[in-house]
Amino acid sequence: MAIVEQVRPSERGAGWLQRLSDAVRQRESLRALLLAGPGGLWLLVFFLLPITIVFAYSFARRGPYGAVDWSFTLENYVRFFDWLYIRVFLVSVWLALLTTVICLVIGYPFAFVIARSPRRWRNALLVLVLVPFWTNFLVRTYAIMLLLRADGLINNALQWLGIIERPLTMLFTPFAVVLGLVYGYLPFMILPIYASIEKFDFTLVEAAQDLGANTWHVFWNVLLPLTLPGVLAGSILVFIPSVGAFVTPDLLGGGKVVMIANLINQQFLTVRHWPFGSAISFVLMAIVLAATMLYFRLGETRRI
Amino acid sequence: MDRPIDVELVDVTKVFDNGVVAVDRVSLQIYQGEFFSLLGPSGCGKTTTLRMIAGFEHPTSGEVRIEGRPMGQTPPFRRNVNTVFQNYALFPHMTVFENVAFGLKMKRVPRDEIAHRVREALQLVRLSGFEERYPRQLSGGQQQRVALARALVNRPRVLLLDEPLGALDLKLRKEMQLELKHLQMTVGITFIYVTHDQEEALTMSDRIAVMNAGRVLQVGSPVEIYERPASRFVADFIGETNFLVGQVDEIDGETATVLLSGGRRLRVPIDRPLAARSEVTVAVRPEKMRILPVEAPGANGVLTGRVEEVIYIGTDTFYVVRIDDATTVRVRSQNDRNRLDSEQQLPVGTAVSLSWAPDAARVLVD
Repeated sequence: MAIVEQVRPSERGAGWLQRLSDAVRQRESLRALLLAGPGGLWLLVFFLLPITIVFAYSFARRGPYGAVDWSFTLENYVRFFDWLYIRVFLVSVWLALLTTVICLVIGYPFAFVIARSPRRWRNALLVLVLVPFWTNFLVRTYAIMLLLRADGLINNALQWLGIIERPLTMLFTPFAVVLGLVYGYLPFMILPIYASIEKFDFTLVEAAQDLGANTWHVFWNVLLPLTLPGVLAGSILVFIPSVGAFVTPDLLGGGKVVMIANLINQQFLTVRHWPFGSAISFVLMAIVLAATMLYFRLGETRRI
Repeated sequence: MDRPIDVELVDVTKVFDNGVVAVDRVSLQIYQGEFFSLLGPSGCGKTTTLRMIAGFEHPTSGEVRIEGRPMGQTPPFRRNVNTVFQNYALFPHMTVFENVAFGLKMKRVPRDEIAHRVREALQLVRLSGFEERYPRQLSGGQQQRVALARALVNRPRVLLLDEPLGALDLKLRKEMQLELKHLQMTVGITFIYVTHDQEEALTMSDRIAVMNAGRVLQVGSPVEIYERPASRFVADFIGETNFLVGQVDEIDGETATVLLSGGRRLRVPIDRPLAARSEVTVAVRPEKMRILPVEAPGANGVLTGRVEEVIYIGTDTFYVVRIDDATTVRVRSQNDRNRLDSEQQLPVGTAVSLSWAPDAARVLVD
């Protein structure tokens, strides 16, 4: 009897552990919960919860001194359709689209060259693409400002060469903003395109040439459609951060080029109209979501 | 032959950037409507030769002519040839119809003519009704046929095939061999076929060029290549051969006496001048040897030996016969009688006499 009592606790312990591990082994759903649990919890606390609060704000009113007055209204969303804000929205989408297209036009040939270079060079070239990330983004943006300034390197050089007489206005223009965005997000275009070109079977190029396709036809009919997944992924990765960019338009646009994120920033910190800022945030999210869905739809119809 | 020449290679050499000589001074004439095979082990230069005809590679020196015109640097899309690739290289994002129509689309053939010709081509390869499928929804054999249709629909002067049956299983391969041969006879297009499979080449070809180490060793009909191999390599690569090494002892007109390394003498016919005392190899195919027990009547063979191994393969029985300490030969004896009683099968250890028709032996110099 005494022996039995001595053994029991450890037995119970082992049994408990055993039961748990059995349950985990047998039940797929329990295993999935254990694996996805930490990440899920993280997203719940730091993403879902805050975004719910912001969503709730977007239907509230601005109280005196910038406080939030909890009474339901749709006026924040209605107000967004003022031409003043629609313009900011259109400028943001336009600059982001421009950035995406320029990144695509520059990035595709670049990715192609990397993917077709000898294997031992490829990694070195890819590292070169990523080298800018080693320096802080702010520092790099300030560096671009120095280049574009009226008495910056570019203007000085052009004047010295006698190409221009007076300095060009480059800083604080849409040009500067797009330049900064392209510079910042080009690697996000190159990498996915590189990945899809690297997987591409180049005997298909020979097959197309054999059937009478010239270089342009090979690209348009064979290479591009089969690397489209990379193009779409790259475009999404460039468009989304571009449309919501804050630092680049803030520094390189200098308040003259206002994008959605600058508007949101203004509403929260300067105007202290949190409900309106929240509403704009949700409009931005809607744009991003719509763009993403459009891209995926495009990809699906072209893919098999 | 007075037939027009479709493809001609004149002293073509291809040296790759890394210095490898892939094709070494190859000259070939391929006639119109011919089923011509380039046969050789992997790395022998056969695929590079084909790629130079297609235009994917350009000769380092020498010239490729198609229909008499020097090709120079002419790109693939301006050559009147089409290729069936080893892995088919079908466009995965296009349907069967779109794949087959691709070449015609590139040539800006009118839409309804495309539809008509694609239908015709698919009928030819027995794939009607598969127009809307995608390549990955097809079996290997079907993909193979799409690749054929995609090339043939362009009505090229010459069709180039790069080991097109390599990825298929044995049974399907055998079927496709015959189908290809029939197809070639139906369409009347010149086929240049690259393969490392000697049986495949023998089955289908009108003529075969045997290649090794970048060079063409022999060109001839399957019968010529098999029955009269010009070199030891050809004899060994095509089918199975017994090699008996020796020295020319005496020459008497068209017959030479060869002193084998084992000390025996063989009289063999020769079809080219040989120097006395020169080192030669006598080649005899296993199926041309007759094997009889020494005590059997009429057993006055040229060689004698002892059965060392008996391999029964159904249609035939192989005997490994030791003729001296250093040499064994393989004899293939057809099982043309019911041998269930095993009476006719010679047991291991039997002293046997080997004989063959005089012209079955061939003297090879290298």
